[in-house]
Amino acid sequence: MSKTITDVICPFCGTLCDDLTVITDDEGKKILDVENACAIGAEKFLHSSDHAHRVTRPRKLQEDGSFKEITYEEAIEYTAQMLAKAKKPSMYGWSSTSCEAQSVGHEIAELCGALVDNTAAVCHGTTLVAVQNVGIPSCTLGEVKNRADRIVFWGCNPAHAHPRHMSRYSIFPRGYFTGKGQKQRKIIVVDPRCTDTASLADVHLQVEQGYDYELLQAIRAAVRGQQLTGDIIAGVPKEKVYEAAELLKSGRFGVIFFGMGVTQSLGKDHNIDAAIMLTKDLNDYTKFSIIAMRGHYNVTGSGQVLGWQFGFPYSVDLSRGFARYNPGETGTIEVLKRKEIDAFFVLGSDPGAHFPMQCVKEISQLPSVAIDPHITPTTAICKVHVPVAFVGVEVGGNCYRMDNVPIESRKVVEPPEGMMTDQQFLEAVLKRVKELKAN
Amino acid sequence: MDIVKLTLVKEPELYLEAENITPDHFAGKTAQQIGELHVHLGNTTAKISDYFTVEGKAGATAADTKIIISGPTDKVKYIGMKMTAGEIEVQGNTDMYTAAWMAGGKIHVKGNVDSFCGIGMTGGEFIVDGNAKNYLGASYRGDWRGMMGGKIIVKGNAGSDTATFMNGGTIDIGGNVDVHLGTHAEGGKIIVRGNAKGRVGGQMVKGDIFVLGQVERMMPSYILKGEEEVELDGKKQLFQVWIGDMGERHAKRKGEIIYGKIYIPAGAGAVQAAAPRAERKKKLTDKQLEQVKEAFKNQSPTVQQVRTYIYDTFDIDMKPMQVSRLIDSLKR
Amino acid sequence: MSEYIIKNGKVYDPKTGIKGEVSDVCIKDGKIADKVSNKAKVIDAKGKTVMAGAVEIHAHVAGPKVNEGRNYRPEDKLFTYQPTGKNTRMSGGFSIPTTFKTGYEYARMGFTTVMEAAMPPLYARHVHEEIKDTPIVDEGAFPVFGNNWFVFEYLKNNEMDNVCAYISWLLKTTKGYAVKIVNPGGSEAWGWGENCTTVNDPVPYFDITPAEIVKGLLTANEKMGLPHSIHIHQNNLGNPGNYETTLDTLKIAEGVKPNNKFGREQVLHSTHVQFHSYKGDSWATFESGAKEIADYFNKNKNMTMDLGCVTLDETTTMTADGPFEHHLTSLNHLKWANVDVELETSSGIVPYVYDPNIKVCAIQWCIGLELGLLAKDPMRTFVTTDHPNAGPFTRYPRIYKWLMSNKSRQDMLKGFKNSDKVIAATNLASIDREITMFELAQMTRAGPAKALGLYNIFGGLAPGMDADVVVYDLDEDKVKNPEEIEKAFSAADYVFKSGTMVVEHGEVVSNGNKRTLWVDAKVPENKQVERDVQMKFLKFYSMNLANYEVSNHYVPNPYVIEVDSN
Repeated sequence: MSKTITDVICPFCGTLCDDLTVITDDEGKKILDVENACAIGAEKFLHSSDHAHRVTRPRKLQEDGSFKEITYEEAIEYTAQMLAKAKKPSMYGWSSTSCEAQSVGHEIAELCGALVDNTAAVCHGTTLVAVQNVGIPSCTLGEVKNRADRIVFWGCNPAHAHPRHMSRYSIFPRGYFTGKGQKQRKIIVVDPRCTDTASLADVHLQVEQGYDYELLQAIRAAVRGQQLTGDIIAGVPKEKVYEAAELLKSGRFGVIFFGMGVTQSLGKDHNIDAAIMLTKDLNDYTKFSIIAMRGHYNVTGSGQVLGWQFGFPYSVDLSRGFARYNPGETGTIEVLKRKEIDAFFVLGSDPGAHFPMQCVKEISQLPSVAIDPHITPTTAICKVHVPVAFVGVEVGGNCYRMDNVPIESRKVVEPPEGMMTDQQFLEAVLKRVKELKAN
Repeated sequence: MDIVKLTLVKEPELYLEAENITPDHFAGKTAQQIGELHVHLGNTTAKISDYFTVEGKAGATAADTKIIISGPTDKVKYIGMKMTAGEIEVQGNTDMYTAAWMAGGKIHVKGNVDSFCGIGMTGGEFIVDGNAKNYLGASYRGDWRGMMGGKIIVKGNAGSDTATFMNGGTIDIGGNVDVHLGTHAEGGKIIVRGNAKGRVGGQMVKGDIFVLGQVERMMPSYILKGEEEVELDGKKQLFQVWIGDMGERHAKRKGEIIYGKIYIPAGAGAVQAAAPRAERKKKLTDKQLEQVKEAFKNQSPTVQQVRTYIYDTFDIDMKPMQVSRLIDSLKR
Repeated sequence: MSEYIIKNGKVYDPKTGIKGEVSDVCIKDGKIADKVSNKAKVIDAKGKTVMAGAVEIHAHVAGPKVNEGRNYRPEDKLFTYQPTGKNTRMSGGFSIPTTFKTGYEYARMGFTTVMEAAMPPLYARHVHEEIKDTPIVDEGAFPVFGNNWFVFEYLKNNEMDNVCAYISWLLKTTKGYAVKIVNPGGSEAWGWGENCTTVNDPVPYFDITPAEIVKGLLTANEKMGLPHSIHIHQNNLGNPGNYETTLDTLKIAEGVKPNNKFGREQVLHSTHVQFHSYKGDSWATFESGAKEIADYFNKNKNMTMDLGCVTLDETTTMTADGPFEHHLTSLNHLKWANVDVELETSSGIVPYVYDPNIKVCAIQWCIGLELGLLAKDPMRTFVTTDHPNAGPFTRYPRIYKWLMSNKSRQDMLKGFKNSDKVIAATNLASIDREITMFELAQMTRAGPAKALGLYNIFGGLAPGMDADVVVYDLDEDKVKNPEEIEKAFSAADYVFKSGTMVVEHGEVVSNGNKRTLWVDAKVPENKQVERDVQMKFLKFYSMNLANYEVSNHYVPNPYVIEVDSN
């Protein structure tokens, strides 16, 4: 016998599909099948159900480099002591957990005068900086589905990173005003590589790597009917630049989607800045919007909760008792590199795998706690590893999609016996920190 | 001028935030009182005298006060923040936010400074004998009003994002600058006496940028207007004048459009294509590959283990994806 | 629960008709009481002003565009951040405060109920998450209906029952309070980069006019007998000459009688009217249309307005009037954020500096105050700044000062750089009326509460009403300097919310137990609407219907107003 749960939200990427169907056993303990998800999403659900390979209790790093199991209470005590005693602790991650859990984490951070940062620091943080400079004309994904006839993928490859994006929103769907689906959309891909996404493009501009900013400014000038210098501009022939400008202007509703190809390549926020300004300029001729392809399923949510509670979307420094913000100074990469922090807490992220080695080394030398259902390169170098239930699978909670739409994820199965959720763990840490700080 | 001498005798374990070290905060105080002023380290508060020895006394007003700072001040932030008058002289290096939001007076750092120095400056003189890092004379995040006035002189090199959103004042760099000089500028004057890496004057609405060395690659949205004699450093010189940014809005005055201008020395030759900016994938030599193979012989190492080994042994930071592919290729 | 007696204060309470007489106010079990035992804690209010808690009828304080404003303006937080306190979280943001700051600052000024002015239904969960994190004040939110595809289709087909069923469904699904209309038709036109600037401009493809939308929603609202009337941000906001569009819109409500069991007497609430009272045909000939608008409101007693006063600060404009914001950025070139929401609405954000030395800004400042001073009925005229559009709500005490002190207004007028031109284009110089303390109570408590249909609970000091009571350190008859008015209203001496002391001597002492107000309007079952909703979600929305509703745990302390709309 089995149970079928519909309208399940997939807790993997920023596309936050909410049409999954999950089939569990009758007791609601094991996931038998997942429908409608892409391969990555399905894997997340099915893999979580493999309890035999789950770590179900906290572990502490021993002198000899091995890990020994400890109780949740001991883990709570270690974490609370570490955060309460530190002069400048960092609480990083947050992108793979619910808004409810993030909120508790923020309370701890405020009490401890910590830095709070999420994975935007290595991903779309540069987008957020660009938005702070020039704003962002945007729309919800349903608007793309219903109206768009010009789609630009700049520096991103949704075929790989957001597999259902093109079928749910950007290329194939037939919406209210877009009954002909793909046939009435023109797709432009800007990417130095010939990717799977580029193979769907009507126009593929193979920009010279590292020169996206130049190309964007050139297109802006072309849109304004201005002259340009050079026959080849950022690897693209000048005529093609003017053609691209015309193609964009001639649409009735266009959207630019962009990703790591421009957020983390030379110029970073300036690339996004120029892309946003191009979008803004195009609104003088037609209707255009721009949407960031957010990676983690709730990095957007972390930015929202940090925003309404502290006023900044990431890299927030609470150490002086009031919030300050300046990526380049308060970001986790730089504080690790410059050795500016004395304790490291990470939840819902894997910096050990993605950060520069210099930062990874620093984490391994600091008092550190990692909250993660898996054993990862991060948990391998932290002093304490606390496994928790999977948000969106074993516990619900609010998440925000890449277009900032909030969707509440559901619980579909029970977590392994005796496991805490990260919200529960954080609440216990908060309680203990309050006691420690009161003395 | 009355002089206060601060000597850093205890190096902070983390970083020190010293926004109280300004002539404005010291004015009218004795050395004892100055020592009582707060400095901050993370979430703790300490006194200036916990880290510095304090000698001398301040003047009655900020304008009458000079502060001389010595010792290893590399990890001290915010020196001179918001000062309106008086002088500060630092013998060594300083960290971030030196001269931030400076409104008047003079700061002279004999060593190097870090990032975000001179941001939001509205007046005064900020001189650095060494190098500056990034965001020199820029605006604070989100603010469209960057440097409004005053003068910044860096005798060495400056980093990226110099003069972002500049509105007024002058920045003079003796050496080279990194990418993104004068982005979004709406006024002001920048002189770079060395070379400038690309993206000079990107999205500039108005302003004047002089690059006396080479511009790595001029933005395609800048047009060569012609040659012009312009006065610089007290004498007239012939410059190539490039106008732009053509992708940006520009105001009109008396029917004429006011562009941003980039001046490079006439006869500099055509601006040539620069080296490609593709991120070169880090490669191991065959000998190094052999070493890795040997180190993990008969093992199934994780990506993390191999990545750490490569970093520790060869000082190369290889991305995890690349390491993963390397492991696969070594297996074969 | 605690008993309090606030003794010997000068009470200003339109509900019970007390106009400054010295009177005691008793609090027991969270409500106003006739009397209390001798165990009651005594609050000495001698020489001070006592009023009910103020009611904010329109501010942008919770939701996606507010948060986008916060995140995209780090400079709004520079140098003014308040550190964590004994009873307070750290709080910052001058024009767009964080949620904690919002709760604390409203409470410190004596506000106990706040209405979030515009909630895009698709984002309702976000609005409620922020409401949950706003301490002390009771809150509600208005979902927007004026650019909604369901509303267009039903109104175009004259299907009034379907409109009512949809309104009921949407209020329930989003936990919303009232029918909000922003730039009717125009924000859908903005989906194609267009707008509706008169009430007769048809919406592209949907072929319905703003007049039809307003008329239809007004009819539905009265048919359903909802606690609040339709709440409308008219077309053509911010453009010289737009006072005509305003009058055209208001005329739609002329002669219509209110129908409800909540004591509400208006059928239309017109919001931030300052932005809609412009004469002239260009910025050069820009002048005040406040007289024409105020005259109309004075004659037509079935409508209410809130002022939208300009405070002459650097602030942030944010509104569901997407096309207006695009227009504004083309004027001042400052960073522009925009979000179009599928099937529902659009929104935009642009920072704005109201510089007193710029003629247009000074005239705008005059217009907001003129509307307040020319209004004959303070029970139908409410003080707001359309926070943060015309200025932050923390400036309300300054607006009270301007309304209550002619001298402070004349001093401002004389101090403007273009003083002569400003005076020539406006009426303010010749108005010497000074709003009295009692009238202020009407404009900030009783009036808004009544317009919201909440006058049995909030906005007054009659026994049985919620014990939302405020003591200000001010005596109307002893004011020597208008600055005292601003000072006293900026930090109340005591604020009680539902009988709990939340502010003492200007400091927050308790977070209270805030509630979320929403309206559950019962209508007959409607299969057609159910089916339409399912179909549109299946075909056009990017979210599944099952995930759209705001589940109850996002509204942890609900205060549901039930309406029988059968």
